[in-house]
Amino acid sequence: MTAARSARKGTLVAVISTLVVATLLAISIGSSPSWPLVQKAFFDGTYFSTSLPDVIGAFAINIQLFVLAEILILPIGLLIALARSITSPALAPLRIFATIYTDFFRGVPSILLIYVLGFGVPALRLPGVPSEPFFWALVTLVLIYSAYVSEVYRAGIESIHPSQERAARALGLTRFQALRYVVLPQALRRVVPPLLNDFIGLQKDTALVSILGVVEAFKQAQILKSANFNFTPLMVTAVIFLVITIPMTRLVDRLAAKDRATQQGGTR
Amino acid sequence: MDMSTTRSRIAIGQTTRMAVVVMAMAMFLAACGGSAASPSASVDASCAKDTLALKTAGKLTLSTSAPAYSPWFQGGNEGSAAIWAGDYVSDPAKGQGYEGAVAYAVAAKLGFTAAEVVWVATDFTVSYAPGAKSFDLYLAQVSIKAERAEAVDFSSGYYDAAQGVVTIEGSPIAGATSIADLKTAKLGAMIGTTSLAAINNIIKPDTEVAVFDTNDEALAALNGGLIDGIVTDVPTAFYMRDAQLTGGIIVGQLPSDGGAQEQFGFVLEKGSALTACVSAVVDGLKADGTLASLLTEWIADKASAPVLK
Repeated sequence: MTAARSARKGTLVAVISTLVVATLLAISIGSSPSWPLVQKAFFDGTYFSTSLPDVIGAFAINIQLFVLAEILILPIGLLIALARSITSPALAPLRIFATIYTDFFRGVPSILLIYVLGFGVPALRLPGVPSEPFFWALVTLVLIYSAYVSEVYRAGIESIHPSQERAARALGLTRFQALRYVVLPQALRRVVPPLLNDFIGLQKDTALVSILGVVEAFKQAQILKSANFNFTPLMVTAVIFLVITIPMTRLVDRLAAKDRATQQGGTR
Repeated sequence: MDMSTTRSRIAIGQTTRMAVVVMAMAMFLAACGGSAASPSASVDASCAKDTLALKTAGKLTLSTSAPAYSPWFQGGNEGSAAIWAGDYVSDPAKGQGYEGAVAYAVAAKLGFTAAEVVWVATDFTVSYAPGAKSFDLYLAQVSIKAERAEAVDFSSGYYDAAQGVVTIEGSPIAGATSIADLKTAKLGAMIGTTSLAAINNIIKPDTEVAVFDTNDEALAALNGGLIDGIVTDVPTAFYMRDAQLTGGIIVGQLPSDGGAQEQFGFVLEKGSALTACVSAVVDGLKADGTLASLLTEWIADKASAPVLK
């Protein structure tokens, strides 16, 4: 009873303090003599509603790109993580390749990679090599994000205590079976929140395809922005991205909380 | 509730508002009439060099985007700011190229010597972002548009622009002779240019237009076969053909879309006290034939190409 009351009191204090901070912010921003100018440049209602359909239409390209990319990134990242975890001396080249791959593609700025692949490779004019910007943007995102994701997988795999694998081996499972049926199922469950985190980053990076001339949401907003010298269309893009990413962030939080609850439940 | 009363109350409200608007307009017209009635000599007097509201007293701060491109800005960058360096080096402080020459002609008319002109580099987007500007005047082939004039001031136009199509040998549109031939082409343009509107309004291609952040990316895309051709202003199209492309071809010039003649103007801070003076100077340079002779000097026969039908 007292716990419920103190919880209610806590909520009340939180609401009041949030309102006070928000009001102070609004007053201090609104009192700036330049606020009307900034408001007109960034938050113009007319430009917002007229640019909304165009930007949403262009957002279809971002969706296609991140869905396709994610479908490719998840298995490729896992394969690279497994290649890096190999201890067998005979397969050392595979491990070395995987290490170089993650080092390189996590380190190189994605903007450079998309320039080289998107403009450079088609310029070679090799028969059979596609020149579509969408294709090369997809390749760039898959190369870079599978390097990130492979490290997330690897962290997950290494977080499973070695006793798990040894126990499995003692029960007669092969190395592969131990990995497949004992280590990976536990590791994958653990890395779902960080994977979703990378997925959110991937969604925003789909704007990279605009460098190659493709008119996706961000580029569409920029076109409207420079046509009218008004920045409001960029706010439209921000809203669209937030509408997609905020529910996903909340989902990550809930999954993490659920995972914590299950693990604590197990030890009780 | 009595509907007719409500309606009449609304009508009264509208009348009051109308009256206010009419009064405001009358006052506005009176104010305009007053200034129009004053003799041109007084306009010149109010634009006297020492009365101008400048960023830096005694200096005229001009600005364009870096790198600057021929034929708008020309000449090397020896001894001047390194910011203007690049593959296609054009230091605006040389006063060469059409916009470079126009900038110094305007500065001279306002009473500034070449030594009193200062150049700063400004990104196109920054030139119209709200807030204080770092320049008095910005010129970088910016087309004058009513919507844009809500965010910045424009001077009178100093150049009548037309859009041209440039491509390379081996492109599907290398032999194009009409607008219809361009319908199936994948065309590219630079963001923020009116070229993009020209493609959509005049050519109306079947495939979506590729839009690039700078002309450098558009050129890379043309070389890589991502696009079949670039639409840009005619002098820039000639410059691309002559200096930036291997095997470049001018397909032709686009006809007007029937709207007002597109013009490039100086960009100034919204409500700048300089705007009227700069416009007066530009109008004067146009009237006395200075702009025409600078056009012949720097752009010459490269201001127009065969018009596509």
